[in-house]
Amino acid sequence: MEPTVKKANYYFPEKEKRKRKSPEWEAFKKNKLGVASLVILIIFCLIAIFAPMLMPYDPLAQDMLNRLAGPSADHWLGVDPNGRDILSRIILGSRTSLIVGFGAVLVSSLIGFGIGMIAGYKGGRLDDIVMRFLDSIMSIPLLLFGVMVVVALNSSMLTLIIAIGIGLVPGCARVARGSTMELKEKEFIKSAISMGASDIRILLTHILPNITGALLVISTLHMTTVIMVEASLSFLGVGIQPPTPTWGNMIQDGFNFVRDQPGIAIYPGIALIIVSVSFNVLGDAIRDAVDPHIKKQRN
Amino acid sequence: MIKFIIRRLLIAIPTILLTITIIFFGLRILPGDPAVAMLGPEASPEAVEALREQMGLNEPLIQQYLAFLMDIVQGDFGDSLISGQSVSTQLFTNFPNTLLLAFTSIFFGCLIGIPLGIVSARKRDTVPDSSIRIVALLGISVPPFLFGIFMILIFSLMFPIFPSMGTGEGFWGQLYHLLLPSITLGLILSAALIRFTRSSMLDEINREYIRTARAKGVPEKLVIYKHVLRNSLIPVVTMIGLYITSLLSGAVLIETIFTRPGLGTLAIDAITNRDFPVLQGCLVLFTLVVQIVNLLVDISYSFIDPKIRPS
Repeated sequence: MEPTVKKANYYFPEKEKRKRKSPEWEAFKKNKLGVASLVILIIFCLIAIFAPMLMPYDPLAQDMLNRLAGPSADHWLGVDPNGRDILSRIILGSRTSLIVGFGAVLVSSLIGFGIGMIAGYKGGRLDDIVMRFLDSIMSIPLLLFGVMVVVALNSSMLTLIIAIGIGLVPGCARVARGSTMELKEKEFIKSAISMGASDIRILLTHILPNITGALLVISTLHMTTVIMVEASLSFLGVGIQPPTPTWGNMIQDGFNFVRDQPGIAIYPGIALIIVSVSFNVLGDAIRDAVDPHIKKQRN
Repeated sequence: MIKFIIRRLLIAIPTILLTITIIFFGLRILPGDPAVAMLGPEASPEAVEALREQMGLNEPLIQQYLAFLMDIVQGDFGDSLISGQSVSTQLFTNFPNTLLLAFTSIFFGCLIGIPLGIVSARKRDTVPDSSIRIVALLGISVPPFLFGIFMILIFSLMFPIFPSMGTGEGFWGQLYHLLLPSITLGLILSAALIRFTRSSMLDEINREYIRTARAKGVPEKLVIYKHVLRNSLIPVVTMIGLYITSLLSGAVLIETIFTRPGLGTLAIDAITNRDFPVLQGCLVLFTLVVQIVNLLVDISYSFIDPKIRPS
């Protein structure tokens, strides 16, 4: 009798839904701010990918004669205290921010969503222990957690990604756990259980597709957090080490010369703000698109 | 009620213990040898060995851990590797500065954030609302250290109104030096508060009892300030409590920018000097504060909102 059950898609209404035009995407497209931020972020990603072709100068080459020079036709954003072209360094610095951002969010999503979904689905003692453990991680400020790990190991990009990623696991787990717990009580999950579907099957094919929206929102908003923490670590001097340009260590370089040439600190700062604002706007826009209920209530 | 508080206290203890354990083992997996770090790379192996013995680094890890726990219970975090001073003393002298900065910024944050959030919710979808929301969005997207630099640039260099560093002398001097850092941190907090107050108020405005109040003919001002505001501030209070974690991170950065003594500067110095006992002490103190604040928030919550009070 098994084939009949499989054919009757009526037991799995969400599969039908996916074939239609995604209503979330339609809703998102109507949000002009959201689309604009997505475009800005795509541009920044392209800049990061094609950085070597876009940089007008070698970002490490020192031209001591032009040291601390202001913006000019040759150097659009001026020259830093070590005689390096600021625009080129900002372009290359975008790589650090975005790689660390995507990397850390990937790490935290893979671990956090997995843990959260299992904890929320299983409940009971396991849930208690896991959440207690995550609460402890959460009570260490992310910045200090990053400092601790980076000091303990080293300040390579991989360490940064893992450190910040782990620090964000509790946040991801909480969202995944909450959505899973809510969904667990729904009829279609109960019917899947009663039909003998395995836990993994239920989690991956029934729960995951239905909570993707919520997970996407938290991941997008976490991008801002990661980029800000990475910059803060660089600023404190424990992030990626010079001469590799990052927006954080460029701001730190500039901070020492803020009296004479504030631009050195401000230009990379503006790049940082544009990217983090865009991720925040994008996150809000996705939230509004995937959860029309909230949109109606709050706006 | 008392039962609830006791149960909440009992939950807090394993969490604190677990956090301390994470910090202990986190710092112990360091590849560097603290004794070498302290004596420098030229030190003779005998000297390093003697110091390791003195610091108890040769004991088994479990024994070190138990000794560490016993010391913490007695409020002893060991001595600084650099200055030789007791870590507890250093924490004790620096912590009030950070606490003062955190509290004054909460004050400024509420002073600016909550009223703007109320305005934004009441004038939903108008020009003031949109502009407030854009500013708030900018506020949560700017890293504290960058915002600190902007503030110094504007209020200390372009218009020299405030000093850009130090703590100042005497009560008024200290207050004067505190103002710019705490306004900076407060503005960052206020951005989050605006967003939270706004959405919390809009949640509440759509409730049935508000419609009832309006239908009864209660004046709009009274509906907003007596019904909506009171109920929507409950989650805002919790949020301020939970924000303490980020606020402390922010304080670390702000202290560095404004070169103010405090827990943040202490921790950063400890990192550059690889002064593990001090770093350990700072981290433990941070997590203790966060846990205590969470505890207070939970308890105060049950006082404010009888619905959550367990029977």
